[in-house]
Amino acid sequence: MTTDAAGAAPAPILEMRRISKEFPGVKALSDVSISVGPGQIHAVAGENGAGKSTLMKVLSGVYPYGTYQGDIVYRGQLQRFRNVGSSEAVGIVTIHQEFALIPELSITENIFLGSELTRAGVIDWDEENRRASELLALVGLNEDPQTQIKHLGVGKQQLVEIARALHKDVQLLILDEPTATLNGTDSQHLLELILGLKERGVSSIIISHKLNEIEQIADSITILRDGHAIETLNVKAHEVDEDRIIRGMVGRSLQSRFPDRTPRIGEVFFEVRDWTVRHPQAPERLVCKSESFSIRRGEIVGLAGLMGAGRTELAMSVFGRSYGSYVSGQIFIDGREVVLNSVSDAIAHGIAYVSEDRTTLGLNLLDDIKESVVSAKLRKVARAGVVDEAQERRAAEGYRSGLRIKAPSVDEGVRQLSGGNQQKVVLAKWMFTDPQLLILDEPTRGIDVGAKFEIYGIIQRLAAQGSGVLLISSELPELLGICDRIYTIFEGRITADLPVSQADPETLMRSITTTQRAQQTAHQTAQKKTQQKAPTR
Amino acid sequence: MSAPDQKTFRFGDLRRIVGGSGRQFGILGALIAIVIFFQVLTGGKTLDPINLLNLVNGNAYVLILAIGMVLVIIAGHIDLSVGSVAAFAGIIVAISVNQWHWPWPFALLLGLGVGAVVGAWQGFWVAYVGVPAFIVTLAGMLIFRGANQFVGNSTSVSLPASDSFAFIGSGYLPDPAWGVQLNLSTVILGILAIGGVVAREVLLRRRGRRMGADAGPLWVAVVRAALLIAVISGATYLFAKGPLGTSFPIAGLILVVLVLGYSFLANRTIIGRHIYAVGGNWRAAELSGVRIRRVNFFVMMNMSVIAAFAGEMWVARAAASGPGDGIGWELDAIAAVFIGGAAVSGGIGTIVGSVVGGLVIAVLNNGLSLLGVSSDRVQIIKGLVLLVAVGVDVYSKSRGRPSIIARLQRRALAPTAEVSPPDTVAHDKGSDS
Repeated sequence: MTTDAAGAAPAPILEMRRISKEFPGVKALSDVSISVGPGQIHAVAGENGAGKSTLMKVLSGVYPYGTYQGDIVYRGQLQRFRNVGSSEAVGIVTIHQEFALIPELSITENIFLGSELTRAGVIDWDEENRRASELLALVGLNEDPQTQIKHLGVGKQQLVEIARALHKDVQLLILDEPTATLNGTDSQHLLELILGLKERGVSSIIISHKLNEIEQIADSITILRDGHAIETLNVKAHEVDEDRIIRGMVGRSLQSRFPDRTPRIGEVFFEVRDWTVRHPQAPERLVCKSESFSIRRGEIVGLAGLMGAGRTELAMSVFGRSYGSYVSGQIFIDGREVVLNSVSDAIAHGIAYVSEDRTTLGLNLLDDIKESVVSAKLRKVARAGVVDEAQERRAAEGYRSGLRIKAPSVDEGVRQLSGGNQQKVVLAKWMFTDPQLLILDEPTRGIDVGAKFEIYGIIQRLAAQGSGVLLISSELPELLGICDRIYTIFEGRITADLPVSQADPETLMRSITTTQRAQQTAHQTAQKKTQQKAPTR
Repeated sequence: MSAPDQKTFRFGDLRRIVGGSGRQFGILGALIAIVIFFQVLTGGKTLDPINLLNLVNGNAYVLILAIGMVLVIIAGHIDLSVGSVAAFAGIIVAISVNQWHWPWPFALLLGLGVGAVVGAWQGFWVAYVGVPAFIVTLAGMLIFRGANQFVGNSTSVSLPASDSFAFIGSGYLPDPAWGVQLNLSTVILGILAIGGVVAREVLLRRRGRRMGADAGPLWVAVVRAALLIAVISGATYLFAKGPLGTSFPIAGLILVVLVLGYSFLANRTIIGRHIYAVGGNWRAAELSGVRIRRVNFFVMMNMSVIAAFAGEMWVARAAASGPGDGIGWELDAIAAVFIGGAAVSGGIGTIVGSVVGGLVIAVLNNGLSLLGVSSDRVQIIKGLVLLVAVGVDVYSKSRGRPSIIARLQRRALAPTAEVSPPDTVAHDKGSDS
């Protein structure tokens, strides 16, 4: 596809032509082209899994030349980056979502790490500090360059990252969701800084979900969906409106990716009231602010939100305060208040939590299938503290055939299984605890379409048996496909509570990318659009 | 489900003779090879009854330490304090018998109590404060060595020679001696052991068939039982024909009982499962409702109690407790555990493997000294054996496991992720990778 948007400018500083990238079993990018003019800010938008980060990793050399198809032309020359170092050498610098600063070192030390200024082989501290001060002034950070990184907040750390990039003589700055972890003021400051760099001739590529930011700073935008570039629009020429971006991001058919189901929904049995949670690493931040939600028997409830919106912390704080320390709030099961102080309390009260990351949080990879299946409720197959191996095997065998876990026997190590089958083992492990409420955190991430379909089927079967399901996901089609009702969460606030009949991708996308509470219907789109032009908060 | 009536011979079935694990197959093979090697080189002195008695009595305490140590290492910790704890418990036992004139059973219990208190202290720091066990037990190593010398005034305290306490360190079973050449109690023990082996095989197969598990071909069970019976009969004969008044040593009997008991604990009980779970992936264990603090507390406390018991066996055998007792024991125990196939990162290891690993060291020590090799060279050889044993293990694992190959492939796709400056490291947790 061609890019008429930035075409008015002189020769582009960067052209990525027909980039394709495959991982085993997945085509992450197919024929994606983008072009960035000198001193332009180019936005890349797309859903999770659309291929944005992969594209940036191709550009920065994380995936070296030869592991992808297509050409990268930078300042008129074909580039063959072997690693990140070789792309930085020509002035392409990436700033990641999670920073790569060393907390125990000072600002100066971090800025010059790997490219220390030396005299006769000894670090020239005076010169480094002097240059660091200059760079900090440039990014508008008023801090002593000898301050340790750990004393800075996230927003200031990000500015240090940018100072570091400037030290490397950056020509093209890549920012991966730079404002995802920042508050309103810090975000605004950062956006202004990016605009300031533009004045100095630095081009930027910014990955962002936040549409108001895109409208504020970008010159053009490329929308990715399922590894394809859908379209590139000129923002400054007012080709862009929010609906168009959203449609481009989510516009795919939903049919037949989900098993059929007739929901049979009962009474509310699980209720959380005024729940407040602190961030596990930064206790001064609240990741959930006095929110309430409830789940009915037999109901599949979605929790839609971007990564970092507080979804996981919210769910895990309900699950025996296992992560994200809870501050205040009450949980009611069948109308009676319960206090869940530990994971074992939560399990005893019939709550199960399928974690986001199955290999680091869900499974002991040294175990075999049968050991994994019974591991969350060993008492069920034990007598007087002694495990009855016959019962254990019978239970695991039941799930192996019932969930169609592809393995020769339950003696197979879980490490040997594919992602989808590992996830089925994790599901079996939690089904074995006889949950009343099953919380699933991104249960289909990184598994193929066929296994996804089967996992949806398992979730639906559990609901049909009268359990409640809370499904956390950033894939909107998935939520729309199997949920009965969807909560959306943005920056720790529940922004909408929609029956699935009233939800559509556009409404959801809006509710998970803006702070304001969406109305129950999608009718007031026009009004909202004008409101969102103003910076959030 | 593969058929239990499999007819063809598969090489892999050989491994099942020792229970299916390649690691244990290797280490057991190594032990047998070393025994044969020294038996030939020493001209038959290695398997001489008197040498065997010395071997068992002189090493039982280290092997018992290895039992506790493997649990600590499976849970992902280490205990450097066992030698000092053993010495501390030992001196208190010696004083209670020598100066306070306590009857030995009470002294024995007092020593175990000391171990329990020490273990609770170390377990508290490891499990509830969260100080790494390496640090806690390094401190413990100093604290309890000093405590031993403080209590004993840095001198030895001897036990009354006639005290029957000695039997746990160097005692033998009674012999009715009905005019037979062989020691009868040893023979009876041997017969019981053989009966146990046969019963176990029968039970295993019967249960396996009932559960629909692949029990393997019948010949595997038969060969396994036959091998075990041969080893037991041979050992029984050798121990039974020792000098008058000797039998299979009581220290060895205690070891066997502890191995059986702790193997059961590790393999069959909930607490055992939890120890493996905490060592294998403590985050997943925590999210499965395992109370990991209790588990950590238990393994640390258990280790100190076992260390105290090992100290008592030593005092009983030496009939004295001194300021230098137990120095270096922790290293022998840790080496035994790693030679026996445990993983430094936790989650992997077996009681039996560790004891076999300890026997490898013991036979090596014994055989080399029989050959007149000086202790400096013995240390060098032991160090190399540890390195090679674990090196072979690591190498074969890195070749065999598909997951590690997969991990290498993933690295090959992103080779810069490891060598690039820190600000460019690829973040795999990016929002849409």
